[in-house]
Amino acid sequence: MSRSRRRKLRIFRAAVFLVLGAFFLVPIGAMFEFSTRGVGITAPRTLVSWTSIGTYPDLVAGIIASLQLAAITSVAMLLLLLPTMFWVRLRLPALSRVIEFICLLPLTIPAIVLVVGLAPVYRWMSINISSSILTLGFAYLILVLPYAYRALDTGLAAIDVKTLSEAARSLGAGWGTVIWRIMIPNMSSALLNACILSVALVLGEYTFANLLAYENLQVAIAFLGLANAGVSIAVAVASLLFAFILLLVLSFVGRPRSRVARAEEIPAPTVGAWGQRT
Amino acid sequence: MTATPTAVTTRNANHGGVEVRLEDLRRRYAGVTALDGLSLTMAPGELVALLGPSGCGKTTALRLVAGLEEADSGRIVVAGQDVTGQPTNKRDVGMVFQAYSLFPHMTAWQNVAFGLQMRKVNARHRRQRAGDMLELVGLSGFADRFAHQLSGGQQQRVALARALAIQPKVLLLDEPLSALDAKVRARLRDEIRRVQLEVGITTLFVTHDQEEALAIADRVGVMHSGRIEQLGPPTTIYSRPATPFVAEFVGLTNRLPGVVRGGRVDVRGASLPLVQPEAADGPAVALVRPEAVSIASEGEATPGPLVGTVIATAFLGATSRVTVDLGDITVLAQLPTADAAAIPAGTRVRLTLRPDPVLIARDEPKADRA
Repeated sequence: MSRSRRRKLRIFRAAVFLVLGAFFLVPIGAMFEFSTRGVGITAPRTLVSWTSIGTYPDLVAGIIASLQLAAITSVAMLLLLLPTMFWVRLRLPALSRVIEFICLLPLTIPAIVLVVGLAPVYRWMSINISSSILTLGFAYLILVLPYAYRALDTGLAAIDVKTLSEAARSLGAGWGTVIWRIMIPNMSSALLNACILSVALVLGEYTFANLLAYENLQVAIAFLGLANAGVSIAVAVASLLFAFILLLVLSFVGRPRSRVARAEEIPAPTVGAWGQRT
Repeated sequence: MTATPTAVTTRNANHGGVEVRLEDLRRRYAGVTALDGLSLTMAPGELVALLGPSGCGKTTALRLVAGLEEADSGRIVVAGQDVTGQPTNKRDVGMVFQAYSLFPHMTAWQNVAFGLQMRKVNARHRRQRAGDMLELVGLSGFADRFAHQLSGGQQQRVALARALAIQPKVLLLDEPLSALDAKVRARLRDEIRRVQLEVGITTLFVTHDQEEALAIADRVGVMHSGRIEQLGPPTTIYSRPATPFVAEFVGLTNRLPGVVRGGRVDVRGASLPLVQPEAADGPAVALVRPEAVSIASEGEATPGPLVGTVIATAFLGATSRVTVDLGDITVLAQLPTADAAAIPAGTRVRLTLRPDPVLIARDEPKADRA
């Protein structure tokens, strides 16, 4: 590639980076600016909106509930989808289209329709089982299915599920061991992606919680916005930052260890004739 | 066809191989018969190769022994114990797969130790045994490498070490060399045989490569349509094929039209004895090996039924394969390369057919050869 072409490409990349950066950061910057305004046009900047976040019990409860729901939904999603997809790929490949269709269905149904359909179920659950906000995890599990399915499907497609599981079975591993010791470590990126998508969806969910009369983080922010816009915006920015940091941490956790050196970069140990690379 | 074991090389006698019996195994997939009453008895420490074209049922047979699939009927008996209904992880079989099957997130050492861990072998013995196995396959210096840091041949050797580490009763090899290039394949083939003899384990080897099967096995079972067509030592399979299918599948065979008369077949003026002299008189196709055809340079030869023109010579190393056009058919002859060099393309030659017993086929003669 010529030098001028390389320079043009660098400039293009920088321009794309700047435009996209501005697209995401300007609104967040504006929100931060708004949340630090004092009362009155000439009032100095203040962090009162930020420091008073903890003084709103409903908001704190909403934050805790959303975090719990994110964890519950992620775990339930993995417990439901992983063994199902694994088994379908291995033993019932003819069903894969059906499973894919079912998992992608929530994408095609508007949230409001889903809520209307789920409302009687939740009414029954609140009377007979529990009215805890954590029961929202059931609805959220449906909500995250399409995204989690896609992420996990990509991960499963990247490994030879059949051969690896048969190899492990022939060595004495039971099905649980095959999933836990062989499959999961080899699709950690896909699992992480599925979890990240689930966490992001649950933390940002408003419609289900509001219409089913539960107060999660987004509903609490909306209510707070009616009483104190500054705190409401501060919480919105804080939740964005929190989600960003969480995704960053998860990405580092899921990064493969430094074992990814390429074969040809590693000198062959000195051994006998059969030690040569073949 | 029920096959019983012949005497197995005595060098296995001191090792702990077990007898393996497949009894009348049948398996169908959606109306297609994969195995049609397969029976086979493997002597302790014996290496039997199942050889056949795609779809003949050889891999199905191996997967049934491994427990990766269930037979519709029949029994699998290992060391006197019926294991037909046992799940794979309880069968005590070691298996090397066609596809690379090392666990990508584990090092070579961890891969080899995995089966021992499943058997709850303590850490000290695990370390010792995994090290021994890697040494057995010549990879002790590669213990800390991951699969992607090993070549294809090395990966298959680690897979072999992993399969042997658990000291299985049976070793199953499912075309383990097919993904490798020719040179590595030949070396690893010999290595597998060396290790198998050293360990003395009863081994079932599945391949579609006749050279591989003939080179490595104590006995070769040629499979066709879910059954063993012929089972025997490699030399017998090659030199005395029992059926036209075996003759044509194992090695190259000329299909020469002729006429059966009184227990012999007349092929273009040459009378050859039959493997089955009781064959009825009438037209037939004689199956003649290229090495049973010899060539004499004829110069401006007088025309005759076995006189033709050399049209091509394929160099195979010590020998060459010469294609001779007889007008209505072409015939392959295998000669020492020095002899073949003396008859370049265009030379008129006379063919002679060695009077070995030949098989005949009663189907319509093909254009020239199989």
